[in-house]
Amino acid sequence: MMTVTTEKTDVEVPRHVPQVAALWRRIATRPEAGALGGAILVYVFFFVTAPPFRHFAAFTTVLYQAATIGIPAVAVALLMIGGEFDLSAGVAVTMSSLASSIFATKLGVGLVGGAILSLLLSLAIGALNGWLLIRTKLHSFLVTLATFLMLQGLNIAITKLVTGNVATSDISAMPGFNQLQTIFASNIVIGGAQISIAIVYWLVFMALATWVLLRTKVGNWIFAVGGQGDSARAVGVPVVQVKIGLFMLVGFSCWFLGQHLLYAYNTVQSGAGIGNELLYIAASVVGGCLLTGGYGSAVGSALGAFIFGMTTEGVIYADWDPDWFQFFVGAMLLLATVVNTWIRLRATKGK
Amino acid sequence: MNVTKFSKIAIACASASVGAILAMSGHAVAASKPLTFAMITHAQPGDTFWDIIRKGANAAAAKDNVKLIYLADPTADKEAQLIDNVVQQHVDGIALTLAFPQAMEKNVKEAEAAGIPIVGFNAGGDDWKKAGLLMYVGQDETIAGKAVGDKLNAEGAKSVLCVDQQQGAVQLEERCNGIKATFKGKYQILYTTGYDMPTVKSRVQAKLQQDPSIDYVVTLGAPFAPSVLGAISAAGGKAKLGTFDLTPEAVNLIKAGKLQWAIDQQPYVEGYEAVDLLWLNKTNGDVVGGGGPLLTGPAFVTKANVAEVAKFAKAGTR
Repeated sequence: MMTVTTEKTDVEVPRHVPQVAALWRRIATRPEAGALGGAILVYVFFFVTAPPFRHFAAFTTVLYQAATIGIPAVAVALLMIGGEFDLSAGVAVTMSSLASSIFATKLGVGLVGGAILSLLLSLAIGALNGWLLIRTKLHSFLVTLATFLMLQGLNIAITKLVTGNVATSDISAMPGFNQLQTIFASNIVIGGAQISIAIVYWLVFMALATWVLLRTKVGNWIFAVGGQGDSARAVGVPVVQVKIGLFMLVGFSCWFLGQHLLYAYNTVQSGAGIGNELLYIAASVVGGCLLTGGYGSAVGSALGAFIFGMTTEGVIYADWDPDWFQFFVGAMLLLATVVNTWIRLRATKGK
Repeated sequence: MNVTKFSKIAIACASASVGAILAMSGHAVAASKPLTFAMITHAQPGDTFWDIIRKGANAAAAKDNVKLIYLADPTADKEAQLIDNVVQQHVDGIALTLAFPQAMEKNVKEAEAAGIPIVGFNAGGDDWKKAGLLMYVGQDETIAGKAVGDKLNAEGAKSVLCVDQQQGAVQLEERCNGIKATFKGKYQILYTTGYDMPTVKSRVQAKLQQDPSIDYVVTLGAPFAPSVLGAISAAGGKAKLGTFDLTPEAVNLIKAGKLQWAIDQQPYVEGYEAVDLLWLNKTNGDVVGGGGPLLTGPAFVTKANVAEVAKFAKAGTR
């Protein structure tokens, strides 16, 4: 400690400049650097063009939309770093809400029991995805496409079979609802703006995932499995366990978001969730994950989700013609991604 | 080793799906060769509203001893393809929602050329005659929209936001145009994407923050009403809410005074009558409606009359 301090006072001025350059390069070569640039660009853009966007309340609305994409996207990013896809994540979220509600109302296990059984089911589906992948040696794109379609059908068929309707019954009058709502879907009011607890969980999950990726052995395994699966196996990385574990992690994140949706909106339409799996993957890729695996970050997936949230909400705050809505969203995403790639290329070339 | 395991899985999957197919077809082949009708809709899968339509259709099919094939797809070209599909199955009649009249025109003509009677329902109130359909049962969406516009005027609304969950579907556009035609204040539309409730909530919330003058929101589907209520309260909460169609939750919200009204087109009747009209036509050559549509709505459900509707809504038929 002492030597460091003395050294620092001695050579502070000459070391200052190279240190900043090194720090800049360290930031710029991180996978999420491009997404950070894209996010700042989109934020500034709407800050200038859409006056209501500047308010804190608008910021929390954007964050909420981002959190509902970002919670599964954190897990999907880890899975993608591990070299796999999960196309079933969108409907798995709906499945978890439906299962929780149906278990609670039809099995008589109560809401807590429903949530726990639903968690087990979500983890089991994740494990099934991983197991099928390992056993069949098919690409995860195909395996999870199949489970996506099967889940989509099961969601509707089983809901209808059990309840006679295609939406679950309202659970808000059941005992324990208020406690679980506090856990999964409460709102904190700050400065007149409602902040959903989903945002807090999202940031916590992102921080945990970042710590695991960068500071633990498991994190190294994930990178190794996605980058060079066979070499990883050769040096003793438990490839099968890591992959199945990653799919189960996605299952967990889907369960969590599913519980949030159930307790925030009380009933669930069994046809919901289709198409969202692509948003999770897009958030991860915009955030710096490579489609080929072995590279990416959890923070990046959060930035990707944030960019998407800002874009969809920003178009409304800017009051652009609603007929053009999807076009504007697509164009803004393209712009953010181009800036993102440009920054990444410059950073790596600049070495 | 892996090959055997793989083939075991393959066999297991195959036998499971064969079992599923057998199970599905099992109950349909019961009675003695009755008429076969097809019902084709633009429903999003897993939507409460369409489920009520289907319940009505099934009730009529059971009563008339008709075999009913139900097919749905929310996109224009796929719904059109479904018509070809059932024509190839040589069905005895088709009940369809004319949600995408242009895209479906050619396929409808082919079905008509094959001598299959077609009854329209739910969507296409402005186009069914042009397309050559025999009859039409449903709510005239423009009339319903106009009724909503009048209602908004009567309640003193100044600025209304219309929340449309399926951009480009004609019956939703007709509702909006109807509102626009009679409503005297400022009118705006917001598109959302299907059943993703956080998206619905945050988009409506953003719109209300963007334009605080909005004092009335109208959702074009009842499942969205609770989410929009959440958005209204999150955005500061002074706008009132009305909705097209009914769900059990909407009924409860009307009872609680949180939802001002719902405009009911009686989807159960639409499904029921569409099948029954085909049956009357096939068995007795009847054409009902006198050249006009058979109207099932609009009727307002408000706090004043919600109690009598509630018990049927709970059973999932209103």
